[in-house]
Amino acid sequence: MSLQPIQDPGLPTHVHRRADTDPIAAKRAERQVASLFLTSALGTILFIYAYVGIPRDQLLFLPVIGTTNAHELFLGLGLAISLFFIGMGAVHWAKTLMPNHEVIEIRKEQRSKEEDRQALIQTVQEQGATAGLGRRTLIKRTLGLSLGLVGIAPILLLRDLGPLPGNDLNETSWKAGTRLVTDPGDRPIRPSDLEVGAVAQVLPAIVPGSYRSLNDIAKDALLLIRIRPEEFNLDAERLSWTYQGIIAFSKICSHMGCAVALYEQTTKHLLCPCHQSTFDVTRAAKVIFGPSARPLPQLPITVDAEGYLIAKAPFNEAVGPSFWGRDSA
Amino acid sequence: MSVGKKAVGSVANYMDERVGAAKWMKKTLNKVFPDHWSFMLGEIVMYSFVILLLTGTFLTFWYDPSMRIVEYEGSYEPLKGIEMSAAYASSLEISFDVRGGLLMRQIHHWAALLFLAAMVAHLLRVFFTGAFRKPRELNWIIGVGLLTLGIVEGFLGYSLPDDLLSGTGVRIAEAIMQAIPVVGSYISYFVFGGAFPGYIFIPRIYIVHVLLIPGIFLALITAHVMLVWYQKHTQYPGPGRTEKNVVGYPMLPVYAAKAGGFFFIVFGFTAFLGAVAQINPIWVYGPYTPAQIGAGSQPDWYMGWLDGLVRMAPPLETYIFGVTISWNILIPGLIIPGILFTLMALYPFIESWITGDKREHHLLDRPRNNPNRTAIGAMSLTFVLVTLINGGNDLLATNFDLSINQIMWFTRIGVFVLPPIAFVVTKRICLALQRHDREMLLHGRETGRLVMLPHGEFIEVHEPLSPEKAFLLSSHEQLPALTAPEEDSRGVALPRGLRNKLRARWSSANAEQIDKPTADELKEIEHH
Amino acid sequence: MSQLSRYRNHRFARPVLLAFGLLLAGGLFSAANAAAESLRAEPIAISADKSTLIKEGKEIFNRGCSSCHGLNAEGAGAAPSLIGVGSASVDFQVATGRMPMADMSQQAARKAPLYDEYETAALAAYVASLAPGPASVTNEELAWERDGNAASGGTLFRNNCAMCHNLAGQGGALTKGKYAPTVMGVEARHIYEAMITGPQAMPVFGDKIISPEEKLDIIKWIKAMESEPSLGGASLGRVGPVTEGLLAWTLGLGLLIGIAVWLTAKAK
Repeated sequence: MSLQPIQDPGLPTHVHRRADTDPIAAKRAERQVASLFLTSALGTILFIYAYVGIPRDQLLFLPVIGTTNAHELFLGLGLAISLFFIGMGAVHWAKTLMPNHEVIEIRKEQRSKEEDRQALIQTVQEQGATAGLGRRTLIKRTLGLSLGLVGIAPILLLRDLGPLPGNDLNETSWKAGTRLVTDPGDRPIRPSDLEVGAVAQVLPAIVPGSYRSLNDIAKDALLLIRIRPEEFNLDAERLSWTYQGIIAFSKICSHMGCAVALYEQTTKHLLCPCHQSTFDVTRAAKVIFGPSARPLPQLPITVDAEGYLIAKAPFNEAVGPSFWGRDSA
Repeated sequence: MSVGKKAVGSVANYMDERVGAAKWMKKTLNKVFPDHWSFMLGEIVMYSFVILLLTGTFLTFWYDPSMRIVEYEGSYEPLKGIEMSAAYASSLEISFDVRGGLLMRQIHHWAALLFLAAMVAHLLRVFFTGAFRKPRELNWIIGVGLLTLGIVEGFLGYSLPDDLLSGTGVRIAEAIMQAIPVVGSYISYFVFGGAFPGYIFIPRIYIVHVLLIPGIFLALITAHVMLVWYQKHTQYPGPGRTEKNVVGYPMLPVYAAKAGGFFFIVFGFTAFLGAVAQINPIWVYGPYTPAQIGAGSQPDWYMGWLDGLVRMAPPLETYIFGVTISWNILIPGLIIPGILFTLMALYPFIESWITGDKREHHLLDRPRNNPNRTAIGAMSLTFVLVTLINGGNDLLATNFDLSINQIMWFTRIGVFVLPPIAFVVTKRICLALQRHDREMLLHGRETGRLVMLPHGEFIEVHEPLSPEKAFLLSSHEQLPALTAPEEDSRGVALPRGLRNKLRARWSSANAEQIDKPTADELKEIEHH
Repeated sequence: MSQLSRYRNHRFARPVLLAFGLLLAGGLFSAANAAAESLRAEPIAISADKSTLIKEGKEIFNRGCSSCHGLNAEGAGAAPSLIGVGSASVDFQVATGRMPMADMSQQAARKAPLYDEYETAALAAYVASLAPGPASVTNEELAWERDGNAASGGTLFRNNCAMCHNLAGQGGALTKGKYAPTVMGVEARHIYEAMITGPQAMPVFGDKIISPEEKLDIIKWIKAMESEPSLGGASLGRVGPVTEGLLAWTLGLGLLIGIAVWLTAKAK
């Protein structure tokens, strides 16, 4: 219903700009455009000066920005001025001096003329018929089969992008007897090194000279926390995994794998900074807030003959984020 | 004939004798472009893309896409001697040891943020004005594809420096891959060439970031612009503008000068941002290692809403037959974005199915004249904003003395409650504006001038609208609701009754508008 | 804005464009800055002998602290016992103005200290006399400028501190409205005391976990960050991509739209 209660008054009458009628105004506009272009040229000169003239370590204090590197700043400002004012000049030129009569162009419907459409349909049908695809069903079917199969090739080629996970996601470097060492520093830890309320960032000890890869750290990182033993609210088994109030959790979040390490010693809560899952240390890192669905895996710990903290056993579950084959039940 | 004119003429002649395109060129150079600021949003996107290509090429001259471990020996003291990937070390080299390198890195990152911001703004303009309607549905779909690719491209670029912040983002992306049912851990091991983070991820995403996606971008942007060209630009309604014409300025010289000038303005402004505003100071963040993290780890804004969704997800996982299904990751990380982007891509078809309108449209809608669509847009926007707020909840908490737990609960509830409220409120506002238009047409513009009548009464003087304004306020069409035939002419119940009912319901909601004055009503006013 | 205020009283601060040549990252600049800072921090001139100090501390305690912490510092309700917390804890809490608390909110905030240095020292001496605990340190005892290594400190900071205090030391949110404050602009001895005492929600970092030398490394890195020029322009708070996105949408896109409006408006 394109019912228009008011007649289209048509395009508004063209209003002349001052520069169209007044030669002085036109001259002024011309000068303005020229000075914009000149400003751009000055910007390029500033850029060149900054590149060759300002030492790379020159510092400069500016309000709002603070102390900053003068070399990069003036390179940037020079570039900005040179580009920006070319644009401003061009636009000002177009607005004030180029013809500003609005023009009307007639649209035609996207749809072709009916006879052309019919002709096209006929052509397609006729050409299709000459190929005989409709009649020769054997060709049609085998072509379909081969086209379908050829798609498998590129997918199969991607197979060697990486190995299959196998049991990799379920394993870490922690074994019974692995010493806990500080990260960084690689120092073994005695229980007495940790006061009540202390935390330590921990990795498994490695043979001197060997190398710890990021892949290892991504699964092995551990957080050691000491609280008063009476504050634990654990079952007998989990309690036996602690040592004199020291408890060890995987630092890799059970939600999406960030390092969970925001420990509040007053509330005994661990917070993940990525998605704010909150874990209660006293209850074996039970999730008390946020999106994570599982507690952090706990590493059973004890001390060795020299009195250093060691793992009593490996993790009894996969660390890090969930995956399809993870047995979480 | 001046020398200049002659030269131009002979160049044109030379070209035509070789490619024979005189007729096409003549048509092209006279092509008309309507002028409106909101039509420049798409140009900002295109120009940012060019800026990204230029600055990005500069960065590739020094960037080393390798996860080989090196010891940093560059000029930034607080990282000297630290082990890091070659990718991070070379990003530091660009920042500190290449003249103009930091500037180019910053321009590149600012241009990327503007690229996506302008893309979203352009999308909103197209949506709210109904520019996606026939014949432009295909271009809308290309646009949705460009936005999706843009988000992926931005995320990959953010990951390339391999700093602690971006590495954390990659870790989260890996967790999303792992959460995919059945094949999740396989996909993750294929992408990372083994366990996370591996040694091959950066070189792989590098080639995707600098070649594959920009190539697809180039093709899609070309198709997008060619379609605009071929179908001619839409225009806002107004006097002299119809479905059958385009009113504007010719390609040469005005439009070319303005559009070309605007490119330099956008580039210059991005350079200004790169000069004065620090962005992504990777040297502060340090090299990536999976055992470290920073408070307030966030992605760039275009991923922020996804991060906010993931944060607010309930802690749901299913453990069954020895497998784990992570709803807490799948729903916010894959299912909801999947549904949103699919609905967005299909919206033109959904709307035309509901309105039954299969005609071509070249005149844009004023948003108030399609209250339902405008309200749907406001509703979607509110949804994304609420999730975006949750994506920055830790910063909001520290800056406004709130608690992350409060904000989380506010957004968890808000994400369900606020979008419908936004729908209703927006629709009411649209209808109120329509009512206002009607009043203006019937009674003229309120001037605010009071006049005392002879018998002492005060009245406000109403000025009649100009014919142009009156035409603008009354030229839109108001479609009647579709009725759903439940039976055919012989009384047999039609199949798909539910679908038809839904369609009729929505269509009648669409038709809920303030009637614009009829010609008779207006005539009557004139006689007063 | 914090950038601005931090440099407001700086001797190099001038409103005009003024360039001065120092080595790029830290180097001389941070040394000069640190030297200026240590000049400001006068050593505590405490002439009184220890027993008078403890006696005076007890008096101040009875007047200002005992209403919450109990007459014998045994603690009551939310106020913890102070027996055995040591002088380091008192120095940190009182000299940074956190104690006495202004109100019973989630967390004691940093503010202008109520007690002067002598009174703080007296309070610390009194609390230390109750039971042994970590002892307070002076800025002079902390030779971080000489002994610290910023690069190793950075690694330690990212491993042990950044999860709460943010990668750039700007602070961050904890649960239920608690927060980790910024470590920028905090005196070296207070950083040190915080690590050994674990004030409020912060855990303790004992000397075997982070050795005293490593603590100096951390302080050196924090000070290097503090004095680091804002390379590449205004730092936007150094809190990551949120402020960057905000600026891109407001100033960035806003200004470009403004220009587009001018560009498409009809000239007069």
